[in-house]
Amino acid sequence: MRELTYREALSEAMAEEMERDESVFLMGEEVGVYNGAYKVSRGFLDRFGPQRVVDTPISEAGFAGIGIGAAMVGLRPIIEFMTFNFAILALDQILNTAAKTYYMSGGQIPIPIVFRGPTGAALQLAAQHSQAVETQYTHSPGIKVVTPGTPADAKGLLKAAIRDDDPVVVLEGELLYNVKGEVPEGEHIVPLGVAEVKREGSDVSIITHGKMVHVALQAAARLAKDQISAEVLDLRSLRPLDVDAILTTVAKTNRVVYLEEGWPLAGVGAEIVNIIQEEAFDELDAPVLRVTQADVPMPYAKNLEQLAKPSAQRVVDACNRVLYR
Amino acid sequence: MGTKVHMEALSPTMEEGQVVKWLKGEGDEVSSGQVLAEIETDKATMELVARGDGVLRKILVGEGGTAPVGSVIAVIAEADEDISALVRDGRAGAAVGGAGAEPAKAPQAPPAAQPERAAAPRPSPVAGAPAAARPAASAPAATGDGEDGRGRVRASPLARRLAADAGLELGRVAGTGPGGRIIKRDIEAALAEAAAAPARAPALELADYEDVPLTQIRKTIAKRLVQSLGPVPHFFLTIDVDMTGMVRARERINAFLGAQGVKVSINDMVIRATAAALQRHPECNAAWTGEGIRRYNRVHIGVAVAGEEGLITPVIRDADRKGLAELSTEFRELAQRGREKKLKPEEYTGSTFSISNLGMFGIYEFTAVINPPEAGILAVGAVEERAVVKGGQVVVEPRMRVTMSCDHRVIDGAMGARFLQTLRAMLEEPAAILM
Repeated sequence: MRELTYREALSEAMAEEMERDESVFLMGEEVGVYNGAYKVSRGFLDRFGPQRVVDTPISEAGFAGIGIGAAMVGLRPIIEFMTFNFAILALDQILNTAAKTYYMSGGQIPIPIVFRGPTGAALQLAAQHSQAVETQYTHSPGIKVVTPGTPADAKGLLKAAIRDDDPVVVLEGELLYNVKGEVPEGEHIVPLGVAEVKREGSDVSIITHGKMVHVALQAAARLAKDQISAEVLDLRSLRPLDVDAILTTVAKTNRVVYLEEGWPLAGVGAEIVNIIQEEAFDELDAPVLRVTQADVPMPYAKNLEQLAKPSAQRVVDACNRVLYR
Repeated sequence: MGTKVHMEALSPTMEEGQVVKWLKGEGDEVSSGQVLAEIETDKATMELVARGDGVLRKILVGEGGTAPVGSVIAVIAEADEDISALVRDGRAGAAVGGAGAEPAKAPQAPPAAQPERAAAPRPSPVAGAPAAARPAASAPAATGDGEDGRGRVRASPLARRLAADAGLELGRVAGTGPGGRIIKRDIEAALAEAAAAPARAPALELADYEDVPLTQIRKTIAKRLVQSLGPVPHFFLTIDVDMTGMVRARERINAFLGAQGVKVSINDMVIRATAAALQRHPECNAAWTGEGIRRYNRVHIGVAVAGEEGLITPVIRDADRKGLAELSTEFRELAQRGREKKLKPEEYTGSTFSISNLGMFGIYEFTAVINPPEAGILAVGAVEERAVVKGGQVVVEPRMRVTMSCDHRVIDGAMGARFLQTLRAMLEEPAAILM
C-alpha cells in the first residue's frame, strides 16, 4: 500500500470531498495564499479558487460564526484553526451555536460543519500554545469529536466528518503532520464512533486516542521485550464513543491503563475509567490507571516540558503496576 | 492485657456453637470462672465461662448467632484498654448472625451508645477501631489472607467473580496483590492446587514408585469417595450368616434352571435377599437429601463390579420384583458390559442401595464406602467352611460375613440391626424370600 504523510492524507481527504461536493469549502487563517499554516491546503487556492478557499482575518470567533451561518444555509464548511489553542476564542460559536442549533430549532437546522486543526503540545510552545483540548469539546452534547492518530485515520475520519450532518471537531497534531503511514487508495472512510485495536495483546490494555497512539505503541514494544503482551486500543472518536470496543479489551486483558495528552482532572480518561468500573467491574483484576500530562500549565523549559508530557516509560510503569509486577 | 473469649469446644464433637443467651452484658465486670453465656452445642446447652478478669467490653456474636469453635465471640479487658486489635482479630473470624452482633462483613457504623465511653475519657476505643485498623491494613505483609482487618476480604472484582464461578471460598485464598489483595493469579493458583490435591499420594519411605496418570473413571471414584467419607458419617454392623441353606438351595435352583442355561450365583441370591429385606425395611432404602430423608418406594440395587480401570456399579432396577433367573441373567449381562465400559449412564446411576462382594477374592470380611446419597451399602465376604459352635457342639458349615455401612444421618444402629436380622433370616432360609 502507498505511504502518505498525515498532512498529505488530510489534504487528500479535503480535496476529494471538495471535488465530490460543491458545497464543501475551506476557510481559515492562511489557508489560501500561504497554502496553510501547516501546508495542509497546499495548492488549494489555485485548484478550487478564492470562493472555496477563503483566507480570514485573525478573528476565530468571527470566521467560526461565518462558517456556522454558511452551514445553516446549506453549505458544508471546513473551518481550519491554526491550532485549537486559538479556537478557545471561538468556543461561544462552537459550543453555543454549532452544538445547540439543531436541537434548539427542533431539528430544522442541521449544522454540517467541520472544525479542524492541531491540538496538544508540540515542542516548547509554552503554556498557552500547548494545550490538549479534547475534553472541552467532548464534554458537550451536540458535537462530535474525532482524534486521528495515523495518516489512514486522518483521511478516513476527515472524510466522514465532512459528510456528517452534525458539527464535527477534528483534532490533529502538529507533531503528527510529518508522520508517514499506509493509506488505502480510493474511497477510504472511517466511520465516526468506531475504535480500532492498533496492536493485539492479552496481558494489559493501553487505551488511548490521537497522537498518544504512538506513545502507546512504543510502550507496548518495550513491554514485549519483558514478555508482556500489551493491547493498544485507539478510540479514534471520543464522541460518539465506542464503548463495546472498550469493554471487549477489558474482558480480554482484565487490566487497563488509559493514556492521554490532556490533564487528568475530568479528562477523557476519567470518563473511560468510569465506564469500565460501571460496565465491566467484574472483569477488573486491578484498578485502572491513567497516564496524563502533569496537572500544570505546560512548562516552556525543555527539560520540564519533557517531564510534564506522558512518556512511553510512564506507560510501561503504569502497565507494570496494573500487572502487579 | 485483654482476653479473647473463644467459642470453646463444649462437646467432643462440637464444630460450632450457637449463643443462646449472654448472661453478662457489655460493660459488666466479669471474673475468671464466671458464666458468661449459654451455648448450644451439637448435643446440649452448655455454659461458657470467663477465662480472664475485667470488663466484658465487646460482644462479637449476639444471641442466636453461631460461631465455629475457636473463633472469638467477645473480648474481656480493662475498662479503658484499647481493644481495637482484639476486636479486629475477632471480626476476621467467621462468626455470623445473631441479634446485636455486627455481622462480620457489615460496614462499621459508630456504635450508638458505648458503655466504655463513660469509663474512658478519650474517644471510645471501639468507635475508634476503624481508624486504628486503617494504618495496620495499609501496610500488611505482601502476602496475606486478603483480610483487610475489618473482616472484608480484599480481592479484585475479577478474582471475586472467578472464585464465585469455581465455588471457591475467598477467605481460603492467599492474596499476593498490594496489601494482600487477592487477584486473578491467586485464584488460578488456588484452583490449580485444588485440582492437584487428590493426586498427592502419601509419602512412602521407599523412594521407588510409579506415578500412574489418573483415568477419568479413577478421578470419578476419588471424587465420589471423598464426597462420601468426608460428609457422610459411617458406622458399621456385621452379621455372620449360616449359608448351609443357601448353598443347598443354589444347587437345586441351578439343577432346575440348568436347562435354560442359567446359572445362579451366591451373589445373585444375596442381591435378591437384600432387595426383599429392603422392601420390608424402607427406612434403610433411603437417602439423605440435605433437607430431609428420602425413602424410596422402589428398590434399585447397585452392585459393584471390578472393571479394568476401576469400579463400576451397574444398577438392577426393581430387584425386589425380579425372579432369581431374571435377576441373574440381567446382572451377568450388565456386569459384562460394565467391565467393557459399555454401560449407558442410566444403567449405572439411580441405585437406592448398594452391594459390594469381594468374596471371590477370598476376602473374609470388609467394610464398604457408602455411595452417596444412598444410606447404606453391604460388604459381602466369601462363603467359607468354618467351625462354629452350635448347641455345645463344634460343627463345620459354610458361613458368610456381611457388613453393612450405614449413613448415621439416616439409619440408626437398631434400624440397621433389624434390617440385618431380616436379611440374615432370608439368607439362612431362602424360602423366606418367597414370602
